[in-house]
This record gives sequence, C-alpha cells and structure tokens, in this order.
Amino acid sequence: MTKTATTITPATEAPRVHRQVVLPLGKSFEIAYNSIRVRFFRSLITTMSLVLAVSFLGFVSVSTDIANGLLSTADPGLRQALIRSGYDLEPEDTRADSSPKQRWIVVLSLLVCVVGIVNAQLMAVTERFREIGTMKCLGALDRFVLRLFLLEALMQGLVGAGIGALAGALFALISNTFRYGMIAVTTPAMADIALSIAMATGVGCLLSIVGVLYPAFVAARMQPVEAMRVEH
Amino acid sequence: MNVIAGAFAPPATGRTAMISNKNIVRVSNVTKSFQLGKISVHALKGIDLEIPTGQYISIMGPSGSGKSTLFNMIGGLDKPSTGKVFIDEVDISQLDAYELAWLRCRKIGYIFQTFNIIQVMTALENVTLPMTFAGMRNESAVEKGMELLELVGLADRFQHKPFELSGGQQQRVAIARALANDPAIILADEPTGNLDLATGEEIITLLKNLSHERGVTIISATHDIKMLNVSDQVVWIRDGRIDKIESREELTISVGRIDARPGA
Repeated sequence: MTKTATTITPATEAPRVHRQVVLPLGKSFEIAYNSIRVRFFRSLITTMSLVLAVSFLGFVSVSTDIANGLLSTADPGLRQALIRSGYDLEPEDTRADSSPKQRWIVVLSLLVCVVGIVNAQLMAVTERFREIGTMKCLGALDRFVLRLFLLEALMQGLVGAGIGALAGALFALISNTFRYGMIAVTTPAMADIALSIAMATGVGCLLSIVGVLYPAFVAARMQPVEAMRVEH
Repeated sequence: MNVIAGAFAPPATGRTAMISNKNIVRVSNVTKSFQLGKISVHALKGIDLEIPTGQYISIMGPSGSGKSTLFNMIGGLDKPSTGKVFIDEVDISQLDAYELAWLRCRKIGYIFQTFNIIQVMTALENVTLPMTFAGMRNESAVEKGMELLELVGLADRFQHKPFELSGGQQQRVAIARALANDPAIILADEPTGNLDLATGEEIITLLKNLSHERGVTIISATHDIKMLNVSDQVVWIRDGRIDKIESREELTISVGRIDARPGA
C-alpha cells in the first residue's frame, strides 16, 4: 500500500498553469488589418498626408536619378538644358545632386507630414478609447495595444508610402519626358530609380511609425476604468 | 458545484482553493477618495464585504452612492485608497500588470451597461478574443465560441457585426464573451440599464441560469428592481457605506409589494 503511494506521488504532480496572457503575432496582424479595413476612410485620412509627402520625396529623388542619367550621356546640349532647369552644375561635375533648397523643402514637408500623422492618430486613438478599454478588461496587456497600433501604422505606412513613392516617381518620369524628350526615360539606371522608390517607401514607413508612437503610448498606458468613462 | 469551483482555480494551492470555495471575493475596510480640483471626494468610506462562491449578488444603491466605485474595485479596474480587495484570497493590489491582466482574462468576466462589444469585430470574434489572450488555439476558440453563442441563443448570428444586432443581442454577445475563459466571477455593471423591460428580463433570466448551472458567482451593480427577484443577496450601498445586506428570504416580502407588474 505505502509502496504504491510513493511511486504515484511524483508522477501525478499537477502541471503549473502559465499565468500569462498572449496575443500571437499572426492574430495581431489579423486584428490590425481588420481594424484598418473597417475604418477605411479614417485610415485614408491618416495616410493621405503621408502619401503626399512621400510622393514629393520620391519625385525629387527620381528627378535626380534622371538628371544623372542625362549627364551620363555626356551630351553638352542636355547638360545646358539641365543647368537651365535649375541644377547647379560646375564644369567638372559628372553627377547631379538635389539642390540644398530642394532638400530643405523635402525635410519640411516630411516634418509637416509627421505632425499631421500624430494629429490624425491622436484623433483615431480618442475615438477608440472604449475599444481599448474593453480589450484591457478582457485581459490585454499594454504592449498588445501598443503592438496593434504599431502594426496598423506599419501597414498604413507601407501602403501609403508605397503609393506615394510610385506616384512621385511616375510624375517625375512624365514631367521629365515632357522637358527632355524620351531620352529622360531611357538613360537613367533602373536600379537607381528602384532604389529611390524603395528609399522613399522606407522613409514613409519610418515616419508613419514615428507619428503613431506618442498616440499609441497614450492608448496603451490608459487605465481601463478611464477608458470606460469616455462618453460617446 | 464543488467540481466546478475546483476547476476554476487550477493554479491555486490546496489551502487557497479550500478558502475560495467559501468566499470568492473579500473586501476589507476599503476606502476610496477622488481629487476633484481642490476638493477631495470620499466615494467609499470603509466597506467590508464577503461574497460567497456561486451566489448571485446585486449591489443596489442610488447614483453617486459609490456603487460603481466599489464595483470597479472588485473588478480590479481601480485600486482602493486604503484597505484591501481579495479575489480568491489574492490581494489584487499586490499584483503587477501581467498578473492583473491574467486575472481580468481568466478569473473575471465583465458585462457593461453599454455592452462594449468591439465594433470592428463580428460576434464570434468578440467572443473568441479573450480565449486568444488566454492562449487557446484558434480552432478550439472558434468551437467554444460557437458553443457559447448557442448558449445565449445567438448561434445563427455569429457572423454579424455589432451594429447589425439589437441591444439585447449585443448584451448576449457580451455575456458569451464574459464566459469565454470560464471565469469564477461575472461582474455585470447595470446590465439591463440600456435595455427595455422585456429584453432586460431575458438577460436577467439568462444570468440567473448561468449562475445556477455553471456555479459562476455573479455580482451585478444595478438600479433595476427586477434584479432583486433572482438575487441570492442584495447589498445596499448608501453614501459610501454598506447600508444593509439582505438575503433572498428577507427580500421576497418587499419584492412582492413593489412587484406589481403584470406577467412578472
């Protein structure tokens, strides 16, 4: 009798239940995606300023690529045309670069864009106080809320900045074709243009994330009882 | 009943499990003050309360009596200024953010006056969300979510978004969601406050059946006299203090007098 008891004891020890709550990444993506889809117009407004700023960045960057393509032909006529259209080219320069003035305007437009995103996201977060509070009552941790908002911003950033960069590049190609003729499309290295588009998209994503950080922290740190008190 | 209570407290040691079979919630000398500008308002002025497992408790009191404040304390949504709140003999002021989230996820189910169904999710997604937080696999969560929706009579509407559901149906979804992780306690804050008479009664009946069949402790803050019929105990709060605690036997007389509605 005692023998059996001693043999059973170690085997029947109850497994410890994990005292933790989880939100798998796949599920986070699903929730974030649905959240954007359902609130499509709200997301569109948040993304719009990003699209505009990134398309400007893409336009400037791709225009520079085109100017470089034109310079690489070593045609003096094209060189004169570039100088006439505002590129500061010294006689010994073999590469064109965006002018300081252009760079300043791009930086300013990106800054304005970030402020716009922060504003739009703060509004979006305020609209969703109750939803966030409910999630917290169901056991969501601060970082789930943070992660959902960051994922949403990342998706909005990818789509918005992608569209913006492509639109900017397309516009640069079209306007330069009108100015210099078909040679503007044929000479520049496609790799350079692709790199410019990728760079503009990346910068856009980064801005989208930077813009959502503060609103997402506000949302994540909110106590459920405060969130519930918000009247609609 | 004992089996259920045991199943609700898997991580507890033998000692605490034994105690929790008696009192699931213990409120000990709790006070709460809010700072409103320069004035400090004492919402709760020393509350002592013990709530036995498996009972249907109603907290009654006029607006501003501190009813909601007490309710938030019990739910771990707010912390007392002084005093202690124990759930399953665990002092919840000692819990860190993770443990508190775990408590909200696994031990307590919340039902609100305004339903608080997440608007962007379908009925089923709302019910499965707490199970996802609890780490349940998707298929099992969906299966259990459908069972729960069937339990509240909404199995055919699982694909519907909240705005396609009536108030009573939304509250049913909220009840199914509250039950998602087999909580030991369901906290219902004015669950019938935004519903018409008949729908409110349906919801009350549903809650009562749940407390009977599943042995869930139901604590509900309410103005609703209909609730008195089904409560095992009524706690009357007045001016931040417990006015009186009545059990059902004491209540039937007074309810018989108030309850003059036809068909009740």
